[in-house]
Order: sequence, then C-alpha cells, then structure tokens
Amino acid sequence: MAVHHAPESWVRKYLLSTDHKIICFQYMFTGMALAIVGGFFSYVFRMQMAFPGMNVPGWGLVTPADYNMLVTNHGAIMIFWVAMPVLIAAFGNYLIPLMIGADDMVFPKINRLSYQIFLLSAVVLFVSFFVDGGGSAGAWTMYPPLMSKDEYSLTGTGSSVFLVAIALEFVAFLLGGINFVTTAMNARAPGMRYQDIPIVVWMIVIATVVFMASVGPLVAGAIMMLFDQQLGTAFFDPNRGGDPILWQHLFWFFGHPEVYVVLLPATGITAEIITVFSRKKLFAYMTVVNTAIATGILSFLVWAHHQFVAGIDPRMANIFTVTTLIISIPVAEMMFVYIATLYGGSITLATPMLWALGFIFTFLIGGVTGIFLGASGADIYLHDTYFVLAHFHYTFFPIAIIGAFAGITFWFPKMFGRHMNETLGKIHFWGTFFGFNAIFIPLFITGVLGDHRRIFDYSNFPELTTPMMDGMRQFATISLIVMLGFQLVFLYNFLTSLVWGRKAEKNPWLANTLEWTTDSPPPHGNWPELPTVYRGPYEYSVPDRKDDFWPQNVPS
Amino acid sequence: MIEKWVPAISSYAANVDFIFDLIFYIVIVFWFVLVQAVFLWLVVRYRKRDGVRAQYISGELAHEKKWISYPHYLVLLCDVVILVAAIRVWYIVKQDMPPTDETVRIVAQQWAWSFVHAGADGRLDTPDDIRTVDDLHLQVGKTYEFKLESRDVIHSFSVPVFRLKQDAIPGRVVTGWFKPIATGEHDIQCAEICGFGHGLMPGRIVIETPEAHVAWIASHGPSGAGE
Repeated sequence: MAVHHAPESWVRKYLLSTDHKIICFQYMFTGMALAIVGGFFSYVFRMQMAFPGMNVPGWGLVTPADYNMLVTNHGAIMIFWVAMPVLIAAFGNYLIPLMIGADDMVFPKINRLSYQIFLLSAVVLFVSFFVDGGGSAGAWTMYPPLMSKDEYSLTGTGSSVFLVAIALEFVAFLLGGINFVTTAMNARAPGMRYQDIPIVVWMIVIATVVFMASVGPLVAGAIMMLFDQQLGTAFFDPNRGGDPILWQHLFWFFGHPEVYVVLLPATGITAEIITVFSRKKLFAYMTVVNTAIATGILSFLVWAHHQFVAGIDPRMANIFTVTTLIISIPVAEMMFVYIATLYGGSITLATPMLWALGFIFTFLIGGVTGIFLGASGADIYLHDTYFVLAHFHYTFFPIAIIGAFAGITFWFPKMFGRHMNETLGKIHFWGTFFGFNAIFIPLFITGVLGDHRRIFDYSNFPELTTPMMDGMRQFATISLIVMLGFQLVFLYNFLTSLVWGRKAEKNPWLANTLEWTTDSPPPHGNWPELPTVYRGPYEYSVPDRKDDFWPQNVPS
Repeated sequence: MIEKWVPAISSYAANVDFIFDLIFYIVIVFWFVLVQAVFLWLVVRYRKRDGVRAQYISGELAHEKKWISYPHYLVLLCDVVILVAAIRVWYIVKQDMPPTDETVRIVAQQWAWSFVHAGADGRLDTPDDIRTVDDLHLQVGKTYEFKLESRDVIHSFSVPVFRLKQDAIPGRVVTGWFKPIATGEHDIQCAEICGFGHGLMPGRIVIETPEAHVAWIASHGPSGAGE
C-alpha cells in the first residue's frame, strides 16, 4: 500500500529498514565483503600449495595450522556467507515482492531480524579467527572426533565459536525463508496464477523449502557437537558409546540438499536472462518447474554418496549410487530446456547474457564430472582427491559467482537506477571465465593423478612431486591470481556506475516481468498502485504483435 | 586412462580404471561434447540479425517436447549402463571378500601409520608379528585381508596405485582386501583431514618378490603382538 512516508534518518533508512530492497542490499554488500575475505584466503593457501614455504605477500609464512584454518574458512565463508546471502537472501528479497507485484514481504520485521542475525553470525565467525588457538581448522565438514575434542583439533575454542556462527546463520535463513514462502504464496498480484510466476521466484521458493526441510538435522548436530566440545557429552565419541559417523549423516543430510538450495536460484536467474536476451518464450515452462521440484525431492535421498568409503555398510552405497545417478536426469533435462530455449531466438550477447551462457557452459562441466563421483566404483579412487574439489568448484562457482554476477549485471539498472559499463562488464566476464577454467581444469588432472585434499605441502609424497604435478599446481595458482585481479574491474565498474552510470529507464532490457514496470529504482512500496497480471512472464516475440515483448501487467 | 600416469598394481585396479574410462567415454566424449556443440552452435546461429524476429515456441507441443524427451530417455539409458558397471566394480572391491592368504593390521593415528605384519608364521597376533611405522611390506601375488583401525580421529587409508581408499574410524575395525600384482615402492596417503599434521602423514608401501619378502621377515625379529 503506497502510503506517504515521512523523511527518514540515514540509520533508519539503510540500517534499520524493513524495506525488502534495502535488506537485499544489506545481504548483497555483506556477501560481497565476505567474498573478498574468502577469495583472499584462497589466494594465501594456493600460494603455499604452489610454492611451499614461501613468504606469501599479505600473509607471511603459512604454517600447517594456518593452512587448515584457511581452507576450512574459505569453504565455510563461500558457502554460508557468500552463496547463501547473495543468491537466496539478496535476490530472494529483491525479486520476490517485485516479481509477484507485492509492496513488500509479508513479515517485514522478521525480514529485518533475519539480516541482523545474519550480520551477527558473520561477526561471530570473525571472532573465531582471533580466539586462543585460532580459527576452526578441521574442514568445513567438521568431522568428529577431530572437531569434537580440543586435544585432537587444537582449536577447541575456535571450533565452538565457529559452530555458534553456523547455527546463527541458519536461524537467519530460517527466518528469511518463512518470509519467502509465505510472500510468494499469499501476496501475488491479482491475476497471477502459479504458471504466471517467473521461474526465478519458483526456484528461490523451492530452494527455500528444501533448505528449511534439510537444515533441522544439522542444527541438532551442531548443538550436539557443541555439547561434546564444551560440556563433555559423548554423542560422537566412540570411546564412550558415541558414533562419529552419525555426524556425517546429519551433516550431509543437510549438505547435499544445500548444493541444490544454491543451484536452483542460479538456474532461475539464468532462465530470466536467456529469455530476455534471446527474445524467446521459455521452452516448456512446466517442465522447468517440475524438474526443479523433482531435483529438490531427490536431493534428500543422495547424501551418503559423500560417505561411500567412510565406513558405512558397503551394501548401502549401492542404494545411494542409484539415487545419485537418478538426480542427473532432472538436472540434465533442465539444461536441455535452457539450451532448447535458445533455438529460434534473436540473441544479444550483452553482459548479463554472457554470464547466463557462461553459467550453462561451466555448470555442464560440473554436472558431467559429478557422474564419476556418484558412481561408487569410480569414487573409491576419486574420493577426497582434487577431482572432487574441481568438480564442486565447477558447480559452486557457476552457481555462486557466475550466477550472482548474472543477476547483479541484469538487475543493476533496476536496483540502482543506473547502467553498468558494458565494456568493463565484458572485460570482467572474459577475465573471470577464462581465469576460472584455467584454475580448475588442471586440478581435475592433478586429482586423477592422485593429489589428495587439504595437504599444505606435497613434497612428503614422492609420487606427487613430479615437475608436471608441480607445474599444474603453479599454473592453477597463477590463474587464480589473474582471475582475482579481474574482480577489481568489477568492483571499479560497480562502484563508479552507482554514481556516474548512465541513467536507466523503467524497462531497459524490454522485459516482461513486473519489476520492470515500476521506476528504477523502485520507491518504497514499489508501485504507486499495485499491478494486475494478465499473462505469463515469457510472452516474447508473440506473432502478430508489433512489440516483441508483452509485459505481464498490460491488458490484452 | 588413469593407468598411463598412476601404475595399476592391485588385482582390482583395472576394474576401477575401466569404470572411469566407461564414464569418460559416455559422459565426456559423447554427452558433454554433443551438448556443448549444440549449445554453442545455437548461440552463434541465432545471433540477433536485423529484420529477423525470434520464433514463438512454447515447448509444450508433442513435436517440440520430443527434442528434450528423447535426450532424456538416452540419459536414463546411459545412467543404467553406468550404474550396472559401477556397482559391479564396487562389489568386487568393497563387498566381496575373496579367500585371503594373510591378514595385516593397519593402525592410523595423529600423524603416523603403523602396520602389524603376520611375520614368519603367517598369522596375526602371534609372538613373531612384525610391527613397523610408515612402511607396509607386502608380497606380490598374495591376497591380503586388512583390518583398519584408528587410535584417535578419522583418517583415510589411500593407496593410489591400488585404487583403494577406506576411512579408518576410531572404535571400529574396518575390513577389506587387496592383492598386489607387481613389485615396487609407492605412496600411502591419508585422505581425510586429521588435524594440523594431515600433510605430514605419508606412508610407503613396499611390494616385494617372495624371496625378498622372506628375507625381510627374517631380518626383523618378532616385536610382539598388539601393543
């Protein structure tokens, strides 16, 4: 409801706002800041791996303790404090109300609380780096008994603070998730049927449901681990009747669905962009929705493929091999649909489209290499090698980085009322795209050749210190530095465009969905008068119409 | 193709290499190349041209949908082929236990491997057992049962040339088997992060001819069973 708003102080407007758009920016900027920290960590440990014993500029000597702390927190930060806040929270907050024609989330104050708890979780994470013994260092998967006993991990305090940070972060996303689902179900514009909802909203809502349904066991697990660490309980202590494998089940029951929690929003962003920039109706809308739901359901049935060689009953591995290979079917089908959408299009390679196409190209590599790992027989060899690492970076990087850049470059004009620079955008895309592939293609090979994970110096392993293996590790590290360098282009482009970018009109990309029918940037309350919906979101190039787009709110 | 770089010297290494190759040909050489080729071709072919409008295709009609449903069935078929092959290899390596000649105990701890060899009498837990740290001595052609234990945290016994990996779980004895088929000396890795010294936990596996192995046993006096 567009009521008159009194002028607000800066603090009220930007820090304590209940406006979903401001909360999006809070999540987005926090996520970007933490991405810089996570990226810096990867630079430090990759330098040590490529040039063991070197004095890394900006850090110094990397001890084995440093190394384990850096890889642990790189993983945790990138997943929990970058991918989740940017893809789910930032885009979910921004897009759900604007794309379904609502003036805000249904619970704006819960939304504000969600970000505040998230910010607190990030602060707690930073505290964990500075406590006695240093930050948590037992990998982001936190397997006990290593992580449940100080005498094994030597980072007892850090591990406990880290667990508190993770638990707080989950609380934040549970609060946000309640909002997303309720808003999408109840606050849609008049006339918007389920099949008129833009795919990205479907994806974020399905992802949120998957998250909320999978996170419970891990929150319980985190509390049990905290009790083991601090109160001397024995949930995971085999000497006193506990079971360390139990943690792995609790962790991966959440951990695998989590992959799809971040994947789905990225595929949703891709769907919006490829339809706009190929001027095409999305191929088989309902198939996309159905594959997303199928993927969400199946994602609950595959977790033990992370544990094939972890000491579970070997017969159980067969069941999880079957479910894991089955999940390839809906995901492959979704990719086929996106590729089919390009057929007969009129494709413009603007920066957002490059990112969206880059997502499809790189995610396919991540998808196909997953088959090697899901097949139990091959996983015996590949488990816990760099092949696994390269595989999941080929899923998470397209999702969390390429997908996020696609979304940011696409909605930037709407968010900030200005355009980003196209030339700099393209330089940034190609630098990131080639840089990324140059990092991880060599790591597939070192993995197949036997490099196992989380080793700070391979010189103890004669078979892994050949000139070829060393060369590939160094090549990957140099590629990382180049790729990180190209991110400066983005930061420069982003910040200068905020101030000096060319002014954007309401609908610069000539798109159909509702967010493009209001001002750029949208005012508090989003529309002076809330829109009504008359058709689906992808009516591009409809025959016998002059315009090749047909906004959802225009009466026939 | 793994065997070109990493020697395959256990009896089942060839099975693991086979499933890797099978997946490589089906998934990379066929699917990946095909899909990327179609994808890139579409991007080039349907670039925006003046005066050419995009087509209006809903993708809901049967003759349109077949373009994704046929590939869908083919994916399903490929999945079944890979599944059968993967489970077969898994069964050989992890589920089946062939008759074994000797048993070896492998004990992981922060941050070392220790091994208990059966010694001259070929039986474990007798006075002539030979205990070593970091070096596992095996005789080529013998089938070994291993009993894998951990004293503290989870470790993972990984021998790339065997294509074998198995986590060691404190409080449990995990059994398995291997049969070395060529002599030589190779790396043993710990493949599960186990604390600050995770990178300092290399072991060596020494596979000897029967004569050399007997000589090695003879050169080691019994060092007592168990602890």
